[in-house]
Amino acid sequence: MQQSQYFTGMSRRNLLSLIGLTAGTAAMYQAMTSLGLAVESGYKGPVKLEGDPKGATVLILGAGLAGMTAALELRQVGYKVKILEYNKRSGGRNWTLRGGDTYTELGGATQKCEFDEGLYINPGPWRIPYHHNGLLAYCRRLGVTLEPFQQLNHNAFLHSSKAFGGKPQRVRDIKIDFQGHVSELLAKIAHTGKLEGGVTKEDQEMLVEALRSWGALDKDYAYTKSVATSEFRGFAQDPGGGLGGAPVPSEPIALADILSSGLWGSLANFSLYEFQTTMFQPVGGIDMIGKAFTKEVGDLITYNSKVSKIHQDDKGVTVTYEDVTNPGAMKEEKADWCICTIPLTILSQIEINVGAPMQAAIEAVPYASSVKVGLQFKRRFWEQDELIFGGVSYTDLPITQISYPSTSFNTNGKGVLLGAYTWNGPHSYEFTSMVPEERVRRAVEYGTMIHPQYKDEFENGISMAWHRSPFTLGCAGDWTEEARKEHYDNLCQIDGRIVLAGEHASYIPAWMEGAILSSLDAITRLHQRVVTG
Amino acid sequence: MSVHPSTLVIARHVDMTQQSKRSLGLIAATAFFTAYSAAGALADSAGATFSDGDKFSEKTGQELYTNVCQACHMDKGQGAVGAGKYPALAKNANLESGGYPIYVIVHGQKGMPPVGSMMSDDQVAAVVNYVRTNFGNDYKDAVTAEDVAGAR
Repeated sequence: MQQSQYFTGMSRRNLLSLIGLTAGTAAMYQAMTSLGLAVESGYKGPVKLEGDPKGATVLILGAGLAGMTAALELRQVGYKVKILEYNKRSGGRNWTLRGGDTYTELGGATQKCEFDEGLYINPGPWRIPYHHNGLLAYCRRLGVTLEPFQQLNHNAFLHSSKAFGGKPQRVRDIKIDFQGHVSELLAKIAHTGKLEGGVTKEDQEMLVEALRSWGALDKDYAYTKSVATSEFRGFAQDPGGGLGGAPVPSEPIALADILSSGLWGSLANFSLYEFQTTMFQPVGGIDMIGKAFTKEVGDLITYNSKVSKIHQDDKGVTVTYEDVTNPGAMKEEKADWCICTIPLTILSQIEINVGAPMQAAIEAVPYASSVKVGLQFKRRFWEQDELIFGGVSYTDLPITQISYPSTSFNTNGKGVLLGAYTWNGPHSYEFTSMVPEERVRRAVEYGTMIHPQYKDEFENGISMAWHRSPFTLGCAGDWTEEARKEHYDNLCQIDGRIVLAGEHASYIPAWMEGAILSSLDAITRLHQRVVTG
Repeated sequence: MSVHPSTLVIARHVDMTQQSKRSLGLIAATAFFTAYSAAGALADSAGATFSDGDKFSEKTGQELYTNVCQACHMDKGQGAVGAGKYPALAKNANLESGGYPIYVIVHGQKGMPPVGSMMSDDQVAAVVNYVRTNFGNDYKDAVTAEDVAGAR
């Protein structure tokens, strides 16, 4: 049997990595850490910029979170700050779409969001890990009210079109049963003393007891249908009151079925550091963060400014830009220093006289593909029919996942689901290649395979394909370990009078925290240079 | 030859990603069944398809263009302009040498991801040949899967 192979010749170290994690998860987590996707945020408290900048001027390119963080802090310590922004709004990817909003993507297709009042979709970032200290500190300081974001919901679905006859399974059942079966296998081996490699007798005994409790095993170390296992995986009939209130235990799913289904592949999502509880979202939409920053620095922003050239010499920086509301009208802005947060997809096309190492770094980072689709339904059937309150269902269908709103729980009104969220891979490109209406149609078609209620309850939808985004030409910096080794430091170094900032200049790309930490680091070093001359 | 040497030099600095590594980010952000991904290629009248798994399933140059390249270079190869631009592939003199589009697809260029890492040599050759003979391009010297293999 394949399972038993895993347990022969087991060393203590291997054993430890098995406890609580599948081997695949451990390997993945390790790889992710080395890619910089799971490291601690590194926020060191409010930035301290000591020393007088003596009225030095700073031009910031981009009014996203990185740009506005820099503007907020630098103005406070005496810099004269201006911001140029391509969009007619601030916030960048920190953005929310609500009813009445329109969005025109590259290629010219315009969508009008038809959501009812109070409903929204966050087309970009949407959730905040509890350890993203920098972002949380600014939310606190700027008065952005947060609420819990449900990442793990035991009652959401894991779905494979090729397993269980296409019937979605509850996260709880797959997770608990997998844990129970693995515990049973390991406990039986440990009990017979067959573990090798420095696992002492005492350890084995303790391990067996731990597995019995953690895996809900019976006295014979078996994971079976019982009231005890149902206390974990739920009952066929829940305990009730009065006559007929006795609980009816549920039948665990066989290990072989779980293994062949591949559904275990999604369990790692619920273990990852970035996705652990408590996660947050701003009440009312992610753009509450951008709006709070804008309240502080909005007066510094010149909108509709498309940068075409960044030139520095020993006296200062000159940025040439076009007023996109008046095409062909070129303008110039000068400053002593420049903080450029323009995405590298765009910056790599702009004439900028930085040294070869920074130029090479600017050209070294492809941008991830990502697509989101928001769908409005007449009622919150996922709550009313299926008891799914927030959280994420994962599927092997091209939509990849369905996320349920983490707000307005248990209400009677309408609701908006995140009906598709792709990240790289073929499906992301295929979704992007479609016209917006087609993306919505497909998201509904696939979602119906998980929630048949879609058919009757769907009202309208809107899609965001980040490679079609006019202001980013992609979702986020998609660093590889090798590219990082060669180019990352060169990207972050101050080059003369220019320093770059943004999620792309961080070890946590695509996260808002990356933008903020990158910005704080950039202004700290820049300020140092300014005051020391 | 119309390949831009400077572009190639810079492109070589870009890490030549293995898809397996790149897909980790994807797992982090979304999540999946790497071994069991499934979609069942569904085609409709517009020719839109979904691949089965983590490689592109589309076979012909036209299918690949319509479902992959079109995401950025648009339906008639016209490209697009925003704060930056996607170059038009229509009437693009850089396509004169078949080696250039092969290189860009396989290795990526600047912000463009190396989408060829999710294609076989045959697929890359097919889509290069399609682009070089459509959208006002008329380069008859077809590239081969061997050319692609040599560029990886």
